[in-house]
Amino acid sequence: MTDTAIAAPERTAPVGAVSARTPRGWLRNPWRKPRFLESFTWLYLAWSILPVLIAIAFSFNAGRSRSAWQGFSLRWWTEDPTDAFFNDAALRGALFQSMRLAVFTVLIAVPIGTLFAIGLDRWRGRVANTANFTILLGFVVPEIILGFALFLTITEVFTFITRGTYAQVVGLVTWQIAYSVIIVRARLLSIGSEYEEAAMDLGASPTQAIRRVLMPLLYPAIFASAAIVFADSIDDFVTVRFLSGDSGSEPLSVKIYNAARGSPTPAVNAAATMMLVVALLGVGIGILAYRFATRGQRKEGATKEFVNISI
Amino acid sequence: MSSSATEHLSRRQKRRAFKQLEADRGAWYPRWFWPSFAAPAVLWQSIFFILPFYVIIAVAFGTYDALRSPVPIFQPWFWDFAQFQEVLSDIFGSDAKYQAVYLRTFAFIIIATMLCLVIGYTVAYFVARHGGRRKTLFLVLLIAPFWINYLMRMFAWQSLLADDGFVNDVFAFVPGLTPVAWLSGKPYTVILGLVYGYVPYLVLPVYGQLDRIGSSLLEAGRDLGASPWQTFRRVTLPLSKPALLAGVIIIMLPMMGDYYTNQLLSGSPKTTMVGNIIDRSVFEPGRGALGASVVLTLIVILLVPMIYYMRTTARQAVDR
Repeated sequence: MTDTAIAAPERTAPVGAVSARTPRGWLRNPWRKPRFLESFTWLYLAWSILPVLIAIAFSFNAGRSRSAWQGFSLRWWTEDPTDAFFNDAALRGALFQSMRLAVFTVLIAVPIGTLFAIGLDRWRGRVANTANFTILLGFVVPEIILGFALFLTITEVFTFITRGTYAQVVGLVTWQIAYSVIIVRARLLSIGSEYEEAAMDLGASPTQAIRRVLMPLLYPAIFASAAIVFADSIDDFVTVRFLSGDSGSEPLSVKIYNAARGSPTPAVNAAATMMLVVALLGVGIGILAYRFATRGQRKEGATKEFVNISI
Repeated sequence: MSSSATEHLSRRQKRRAFKQLEADRGAWYPRWFWPSFAAPAVLWQSIFFILPFYVIIAVAFGTYDALRSPVPIFQPWFWDFAQFQEVLSDIFGSDAKYQAVYLRTFAFIIIATMLCLVIGYTVAYFVARHGGRRKTLFLVLLIAPFWINYLMRMFAWQSLLADDGFVNDVFAFVPGLTPVAWLSGKPYTVILGLVYGYVPYLVLPVYGQLDRIGSSLLEAGRDLGASPWQTFRRVTLPLSKPALLAGVIIIMLPMMGDYYTNQLLSGSPKTTMVGNIIDRSVFEPGRGALGASVVLTLIVILLVPMIYYMRTTARQAVDR
């Protein structure tokens, strides 16, 4: 409904109705602007986003404080010879470790999850239902439970996987498979089986139908899930921290968590900002890939569809 | 299958005829074809998801060695419940050292969830009902916290609530208010952090449901003589109940295991939650068995809401 359609009845209020100008009339007017709700919503949005913007701003603080503004500088990004983000070898290494873990996780979790989604779309029966239930359970189990379970498993049973990069990738993949399954399955449901059947009527073998018809149709969902898994893996610190080995295997998120409990400098704000930038870059590349894969077959803007997928 | 018309065929011929029949009907795939697609994920989750839960049980019902590091017992017939009972009596017994932690966790979560409900519902209602042409803008802003990592968001409040932070600047400026030492073990700071951290996860499902309620239903309510308030109470609210429940569960599950919010915003033992016991048991030697027992209690507490959530979302997927 447009605003004009809503506003129209107000102007043609029937004779004898309470005038919209008196306070009582204003209260009873069903078409009045919801000013309270609107200001509440804007206040909420400001409350949810402003603190983060302020934290980003403090990475440019000239002083050591993260709470009192002492002027603008690049001290904590580049200028300080030892403590600046780009001069601190440990932080740079941690950023690299974050990206490495995220890339490995995407490379393992997305293909496995996609295959599972395709298989489960057609494989019916009790075993299939159980498998589906198990995968989706990974979506709702609190992360600390899964992280702790994997920690015990790796220290007590699979002792050959020591805590470190391999263990972290195992944890992240286990935690992220469900996301790609859910996203790809939603797309499969909307595609239906007609295209594949048409391909096979035209003489394609089952594998050809999947490879040449179904996969191209699935690319948008695969790109979207890759972007989401990447961003989530960059941000993750619960599972990854439980499975970290020596300090060299700690990604940026864990370094930030450890520093935040001590007495952090604005360099940690810079590190957190950097993490945000990397995660958003991942999402941005995902949206671009999504645009490219869905060119010509989209009803709405790529960003809007992408956002809808990721909810 | 054993009808007289097909009796003369060998088993192999029958199978071939059946395949042909299936192929004529449309796609034919061998029986193992689709399960083999699912196999890698099933295998992965069996090893790294199902088995780890069994390890938790094996450690919780196991024993420990001289250094108090856990010795898991994998055969159920050898399980030793002494250790688990000890932890249970620490939680439920009369002089229980963890009882306060559990009660505090529940109290924090209940208060935070109620605040999330009020804030989240109001915002979701406004955007769904009155968002108008700016709906996409609102949605992007509502989703923004999803792309900003949780640490960064808690970190931001750490700065704002510091003794010389902006919040205290305002408190010093406004007459009648005095600056507060927010970050020194104040329960309300932790609750604020929990609300701030988890409210976005409640807003979106509630928004989705409210957006799907057609305006025709609301207009029908008004046409039948209901006041705006009555329409809200008797049409909108009942229709949004499933999403509210799902939203509450989806924020309560991670809150039950939250240890980082209170670590970053208070760090004091006065605000310790259940998650902190688990967290400590990972990094302090000799506490593995304790952690396993605590995780086991959490799983028992959370099993019903988890299964409820999965069933409702599965049903919604079918309805759509």
